Amino acid sequence: MTADALRPANLEEPRQLGEAEKRDLVAALRAILPGDALLIDDEALRPYECDGLAAYRRKPLLVALPETVEQVQEILRTCAARDVPVVARGAGTGLSGGAFPLSNGVLLVMARFNKILEIDADNRVAQVQPGVRNLAITEAAVPLGLYYAPDPSSQIACSIGGNVAENAGGVHCLKYGLTVHNIQQVKMVTMDGELVTIGAQSLDAPGFDLLALVTGSEGMLGVIVEVTVKLLPKPERAQALLAAFSTVEQAGDAVAAIIASGVIPAGLEMMDNPAIRAAEDFVKAGYPVEAEAILLCEIDGTDAEVSEDIMRVRELLLAQGATEVRTAKDEAERLRFWAGRKAAFPAVGRISPDYYCMDGTIPRKNLGAVLRHINELSDEFGLKVANVFHAGDGNLHPLILYDSATPGELDKAEDLGGRILELCVEYGGTVTGEHGVGIEKLNQMCSQFDAAELTQFHAVKAAFDPAGLLNPGKAVPTLHRCAEFGAMHVHHGQLPHPELPRF
Amino acid sequence: MADQDLTQELCERVRVAAKSGTPLCIRGGGTKDFYGRQCAATDVLDVGSHRGILSYEPTELVLTARCGTPLREVRAALAEKGQQLPFEPPAFGDEATLGGVVAAGLAGPRRAFAGGVRDSLLGVRLLNGRGEALQFGGQVMKNVAGYDLSRLSAGAMGTLGVLLELSVKVLPKPAFERTVVFALDEEAALERMKALARSPLVITATAHDGESLYVRACGGERALEAAEQALGGDPLPESETFWQSVREQTHGFFAGELPLWRLSVPPATPALHLGPSFIEWSGAQRWVFSDAPAETIHTAASAHGGHATLFRGHDGAVEVFQPLPEKLMQIHRNVKQAIDPVGSFNPGRMYSEF
Ligand SMILES: Cc1cc2nc3c(=O)[nH]c(=O)nc-3n(C[C@H](O)[C@H](O)[C@H](O)COP(=O)(O)OP(=O)(O)OC[C@H]3O[C@@H](n4cnc5c(N)ncnc54)[C@H](O)[C@@H]3O)c2cc1C
Ligand SMILES: Cc1cc2nc3c(=O)[nH]c(=O)nc-3n(C[C@H](O)[C@H](O)[C@H](O)COP(=O)(O)OP(=O)(O)OC[C@H]3O[C@@H](n4cnc5c(N)ncnc54)[C@H](O)[C@@H]3O)c2cc1C
Repeated sequence: MTADALRPANLEEPRQLGEAEKRDLVAALRAILPGDALLIDDEALRPYECDGLAAYRRKPLLVALPETVEQVQEILRTCAARDVPVVARGAGTGLSGGAFPLSNGVLLVMARFNKILEIDADNRVAQVQPGVRNLAITEAAVPLGLYYAPDPSSQIACSIGGNVAENAGGVHCLKYGLTVHNIQQVKMVTMDGELVTIGAQSLDAPGFDLLALVTGSEGMLGVIVEVTVKLLPKPERAQALLAAFSTVEQAGDAVAAIIASGVIPAGLEMMDNPAIRAAEDFVKAGYPVEAEAILLCEIDGTDAEVSEDIMRVRELLLAQGATEVRTAKDEAERLRFWAGRKAAFPAVGRISPDYYCMDGTIPRKNLGAVLRHINELSDEFGLKVANVFHAGDGNLHPLILYDSATPGELDKAEDLGGRILELCVEYGGTVTGEHGVGIEKLNQMCSQFDAAELTQFHAVKAAFDPAGLLNPGKAVPTLHRCAEFGAMHVHHGQLPHPELPRF
Repeated sequence: MADQDLTQELCERVRVAAKSGTPLCIRGGGTKDFYGRQCAATDVLDVGSHRGILSYEPTELVLTARCGTPLREVRAALAEKGQQLPFEPPAFGDEATLGGVVAAGLAGPRRAFAGGVRDSLLGVRLLNGRGEALQFGGQVMKNVAGYDLSRLSAGAMGTLGVLLELSVKVLPKPAFERTVVFALDEEAALERMKALARSPLVITATAHDGESLYVRACGGERALEAAEQALGGDPLPESETFWQSVREQTHGFFAGELPLWRLSVPPATPALHLGPSFIEWSGAQRWVFSDAPAETIHTAASAHGGHATLFRGHDGAVEVFQPLPEKLMQIHRNVKQAIDPVGSFNPGRMYSEF
C-alpha cells in the first residue's frame, strides 16, 4: 500500500502546538517516563504512523510507552493540563483507524502492559493487563482446562485492551458472544487522570452498566489499564463440517435452517467462490474449488451433544441442497478445514496487490439479496470482491480487490466500500459489526444515525471527557461532517437516504 | 388489550414534562414496584399500553417488541417456536412487561450459564429527556456503531429514559431438561458447584436451599443421558415447577420475614454465614435474610469483590443499592445528565443522588 495516501479531506485537523508548548510537554513527560519510554525522533515514530488501516498515515507528535498505571495517570493529567489530545493504542491491528495518531497529540502505546496478573480457575476469570495478546490468555488458561472464547482472526497479535475498545468478535461469537459478553471488569483511567473500576469480580455491579458502554467505545472514554476476562471450560469435543453449495443463496438458506433447527454452532462461516479459490491456492485445505459457496460449521460441547448435533446438521445441509458434506475425520482434518478460512485474508492478499476489508452486519435472512447487490456494485465499479464472513452472525467481510499503483483505484475501492456499508443499513443492519468506526466509517455513521442520535453520542462522550481530548475526531462524526457528506452525495446524484435531515 | 403505538404521545408528554420541570415515574406493569428505591416523582408515565410484538423471526433469533408488551405474551410467542429468553427473567406478577424486565435488569436461574439481561439485548429505541425517540443498537447480533447506549440502559431502572422498543436475542429452548438433587450442606454444595462449573457438562442452573443442591441439565436426549450419568444424585420429577419457584421466589425459602438481601459475589466465595441463605448461579448469587445493618452486609460482600442489594423488605426510602465510589458516582451523574438533562425520569429510583 502506498505510504502517503493520506486524504486530509477525511480527517479532522488537530489544534497546532507551538514549539515552546511542545518543549514544555516533552519536559513534563520526561519527568514521568524513563528515557526509552518516550519516542520523539522521526525514525522511532514511523512504525506508529498507522494501524491496520494502512492507507492512512500520519506521524504522532510523540509516542509514550508507559509501564505502570501511575504513569498513565500522570501522562493524562499532564496532557489534560496542556490541552493536548491523546490517542491510546494497543497492538495497532485495528482495521478502522481507531488508533490513527494525531500530529499534535500523544500516542499512548499500551504494549508494555503485557502481564497476565492472575488466573483464578475457581472463579473462572483472568486478570490481565491491556497489552496482553488475545491468544496468550487462552494459552495460559488451557493447562487449567479453561479458555477465553472471543477469537478475532488477529488473535495472535491483537491486544485485549484493543479488543475491549473495539468489542472485537470472531468465529466463536455466534455461540459465545462478543468481547462485551466475556469480560467482567475493567480498570480505566479517565482523561483527568482518575482511576476507576468499572464492572466487578461478580457477575453484575451496582449502578449503570458502564462496562457495556466502555466496551466498543474505541478509546474515547478512558484508557483501559486492566481487564478481568471470563474463562470457559474447554469443550470436551469440537467437530467440523464442510458443505459445498452451487449458489450462495442456498448456502444462506442453509444457515437459517441450521439456526431454526435449534442447533447453535460454535462457528458458522461462509466463503464465496473467489475466496474459496484464493484460500485453496494458498493453504491447500482441500476445498471444493468449483463450489459457489462453502459453509464451515463447527459444533462443540460434550461428546454426546456433538454426536447428536453433527448428525442433525449433516442431514439438514443435504436437505438444503448441499452438493457435498464432509465431516472432519480427525483433529488434523478439522484444523485443515479452518486453516483455509483463517488464512482467507492473506490468501486474497496474494491474488491482488491490495485489498480493502469491509465490515458490516445484516439480518441473516437478507444474505442472498445483499450478496447479489454487492456483485452488481462490483461490476459497476469494475473491482472484484471476495466474500468471507461470519454467516451465523450476518457479519460480512467483503474484500475489495484493487491496485494502489493504479491512480484512482483506492478512491474507487473506498467509494465501493462505503456503498456496501450503506447497503447494510438499508437492509436493516449496521456499518460495523466488529472493526469499529474509527476514521474509516465516519461518513457511513451519517446514514445509520440521525442528528439527534449523533448529538446524544457526543453528550455521552462529554460525560467522561468534557474537553474532548481522548481520541478526538474518531467514531462519532460531527453534524457538520454529516452535512458535508450529504452534500457530497447530492452532488453525485446518489443521495442514499433522502428522508434523513441534512443539517 | 390491543397492540398500540404511543410513541408520539409519550414523546410529547416527556417534552412537556421537561419544559415544566415535572419529573415522571415510568410505569409498565408495576410488578417490580417493590424493587429499588421509591420514585420521587408523583406524575406517572404509563407505558404499559405501548405494546405489541413488532417482529419475530425464529431463524434470526431476534424478537422486537414495544416496551409494554407483557412478558407472558413474549414467552408464549417464543414457546410456540420452541425458543426462549436465554436469561430466564423473573416476572414477579402476571402484568410484567418486557420494558420493565429490561429496565430492572433481573435475570433468573440460567444467568450464570447463558448471560444476563444486557447480554441478550441487541437494541433499543430510547426516549431521552429531550423527548427524542432515538435508536441505538439494532436487530443484528454484531453491531459496534456508536456507543452502546442500549446495553447501558439495561438495569438502569428507567433513570436514563423510556425504553420504547426492545430487540432481544432469543435462543432455542433445549429439547429436554432434567434436575438432580444432592443432600449437601452449604460448604459442600459450594464446593460441588465450583467443580461443576469447570466441567464441560450441559448444566444450565444450580441452586442450594440450605439442605439440598439442585442441578439442572438441558439438551438433547443423549447429552442428557451422559450428563445424568456423570452427575449422579436423585432425579427431581418436577423440574420445571421447581425452577419456576426459584425464579419467581415462590419457593418456600423466600417466605421469610426479615429484609431479603441479594448478594452478587465471585462464585467461589466461601459460605458467608450472614443468615438463612439460598444460593444460585454456581455460587455467584446469594439470597440472605438478615436484619443486620446495611454496612455489615455491604462489607461482607465487598470483602470478596462483590456487592449487595436490599431486595425486599424495605420502605423504599433507604439506599437499596450498594453506594458507589465518588468518582464512579460522578460519572453516573454525568451520564444521567447527558441523556436526561433536567432529570425527568424516575428521580431517586436507583440512588438518592439522581
Ligand atoms: C488480519 C486481521 C484480522 C482481523 N480479524 C478480526 C476479527 O476477526 N474480529 C475483530 O473483531 N477484529 C478483527 N481485526 C481487527 C483488530 O484486530 C481488532 O479490532 C482488535 O481488537 C484491535 O486490537 P489492537 O490491540 O490491535 O488495537 P489497536 O488497533 O491498537 O486499537 C484499536 C482501538 O482501541 C483503542 N485502544 C487500544 N488499546 C486501548 C486501551 N488500553 N485503552 C483504551 N483504548 C484502547 C485505540 O484507541 C483504538 O481506537 C482484524 C485485524 C487484522 C489485521
Ligand atoms: C454414512 C457416513 C458417512 C460419513 N461421511 C463422512 C465424510 O464425508 N467425511 C468424513 O470426514 N467423515 C465421514 N464419516 C465419518 C464420521 O462422520 C465421523 O467419524 C464423525 O465425525 C463421527 O461422529 P460421531 O462421533 O458424532 O458419530 P457417532 O456418535 O459415532 O455416531 C452417531 C450416529 O451417526 C452415524 N454417523 C456418524 N457420522 C455420520 C455421518 N457423517 N453421516 C452419516 N451417519 C453418521 C453413526 O453411524 C451413528 O449411527 C461418515 C460416517 C458415516 C457413518
